[in-house]
Amino acid sequence: MNNLSNINPAVFAKRKRANKIGLILSTVAMGLGMLFLLWILSILFIKGFSSLSPSIFVESTPAPGSDGGGLSNAIVGSLLLVGCCTLISTPIGVLAGLYLSEYGDRSKVASITRFVTDIMLSAPSIVIGLFVYALVVAQVRHFSGWAGTIALALIAIPVVVRTTENMLRLVPGSLREAAYALGTPKWKVAFMITLRAAQSGVITGILLALARVSGETAPLLFTALNNQFFSTNMNAPMANLPVVIFQFAMSPYDNWVDLAWAAALLITFAVLGLNILARVVFREKVQG
Amino acid sequence: MSQLSLISSIPTPQALRIAKLQRVQDFLFHGITQFFALTVLIALLGIIVSLIINAWPALHKFGIGFFFTDEWDIINGEFGGLIAIYGTLATSLIALLIAVPLSFGIAVFLTELCPGPLRRPLGTAVELLAAVPSIIYGMFGLFIFAPIFAEYIQPALAATLGQIPGLGILFSGAFNGIGILCAGLILAMMVLPFIASVMRDVFEIVPPVLKESAYGIGCTTWEVVRNVVLPYTKAGVIGGVMLGLGRALGETMAVTFVIGNAHRLSASLFAPGNSIASTLANEFGEAELGPHYSSLFALGLALFMITFIVLAIAKWMLISMEKKQGLKT
Repeated sequence: MNNLSNINPAVFAKRKRANKIGLILSTVAMGLGMLFLLWILSILFIKGFSSLSPSIFVESTPAPGSDGGGLSNAIVGSLLLVGCCTLISTPIGVLAGLYLSEYGDRSKVASITRFVTDIMLSAPSIVIGLFVYALVVAQVRHFSGWAGTIALALIAIPVVVRTTENMLRLVPGSLREAAYALGTPKWKVAFMITLRAAQSGVITGILLALARVSGETAPLLFTALNNQFFSTNMNAPMANLPVVIFQFAMSPYDNWVDLAWAAALLITFAVLGLNILARVVFREKVQG
Repeated sequence: MSQLSLISSIPTPQALRIAKLQRVQDFLFHGITQFFALTVLIALLGIIVSLIINAWPALHKFGIGFFFTDEWDIINGEFGGLIAIYGTLATSLIALLIAVPLSFGIAVFLTELCPGPLRRPLGTAVELLAAVPSIIYGMFGLFIFAPIFAEYIQPALAATLGQIPGLGILFSGAFNGIGILCAGLILAMMVLPFIASVMRDVFEIVPPVLKESAYGIGCTTWEVVRNVVLPYTKAGVIGGVMLGLGRALGETMAVTFVIGNAHRLSASLFAPGNSIASTLANEFGEAELGPHYSSLFALGLALFMITFIVLAIAKWMLISMEKKQGLKT
């Protein structure tokens, strides 16, 4: 009963060849992808580290044509913008996520909100900049740190909402039911039981939102703009790393371009660091 | 026994008070969380409404033809969005043409070929590549990629693809480096990890039984991918591609650095052009209130609408994929 002799060797060879070609091509694709990653990161490290110096953290961005200078105003500005954005988007995002997970099963409002949030996740960030310009900057007639914060918050909120909802949904229903059986009101179950059980997942979401927001340039161009001087006044134009990179990289001055590379390195470190931190926080939760 | 039923049937006034208080608190909790969920909806509506209001003067003045004329004359106040819309669509299309096959390969590698211990670090590396801010891609494109592109790749393309009759015009002109094609390539690098990680995620939900039965009747790995995995995850794969397209269409920084920022319509892909996002980034800061200002808003509206539709399709495809997963498990 040996059927192996029925196999047509030509067809078999052809199938094997197709398999080999397909698999080799996908390995090549993976190789190319990793090559891009290494290429971009190595360029960034070489250029960034060579222009990184202590004065970057002390001095403000230089005037056109003058030597030296640093990024201290942009670093502080970025931290302020992202910090305020977190303060605004965390409560809004977590509460909206609570609504979606606790009341969202049969409600029409919830399913529409979920759909819209998913679209806002990838909405073009420059359009959000336009919106905030029309809403805030055009009304008060000057660029400001607050306008930049609002634009960033509009980008961060959907990220927080969606991860919060997903994480709260992972909390087993029996945990909630046990609390209800003791007569606990719904708001207490949500805050004391569900949210606490999903704590590290929610923190992961906030960290991811932070990472997403700290690299955003487009929404800041027409809102926070830039400021050549050190300023912590949120009501005035505010320096920030992404816009400094954009303006300095396109400039004819060599020291400005160097500063842009240093800023790019700092931003990438911050974003990748936050991403890795988010993963670590989440993994600990899954294992624990 | 009788005492127990007494306790449960006649609530004390104190218990009633607590119950009432809790009902009020729950009502407030529901109201407050719903309010914040609605703010997201209101924000989206607000974006659309404010874009329409600000774009209205331009749309009123130039009519629907605004989207089909290639005039962009700031001095005489004549505006049309065709060049920017063409630039956005052309760069995104180039990006997808390159990124989709590559990310398919990466997803296949990660799910079918990759040795176990490497799977997690390589998957994480792809996801981290997706997290790199787009302005980094822009800088990399301008300073590193564009010179190499002009020096080696453009002459090679002109000597090969440029010689094909008809198609050749796409690859003609000066070797500047920056231009539509260069922007498309940088965009491809940028959306590659997005599409690859979505594809990997949907490939992973294929039930192992399905794949194993195909292997059991003697299918090769490639045949399993083509005839089992791909048909099963079709909707998810298309959803992932659309998600990448949405990113590519709206991308500002990676494109602005390398597209050349010239308001010209040219048949060659080597020529500099402009996308909607790069036009906004470059001109909005200096636009005077008037036709220029509202024309830029009209471009923003067009961009928002295009990406909205693309992302809605993506979302719809991915939801149908999730439902399928729900049925199987």
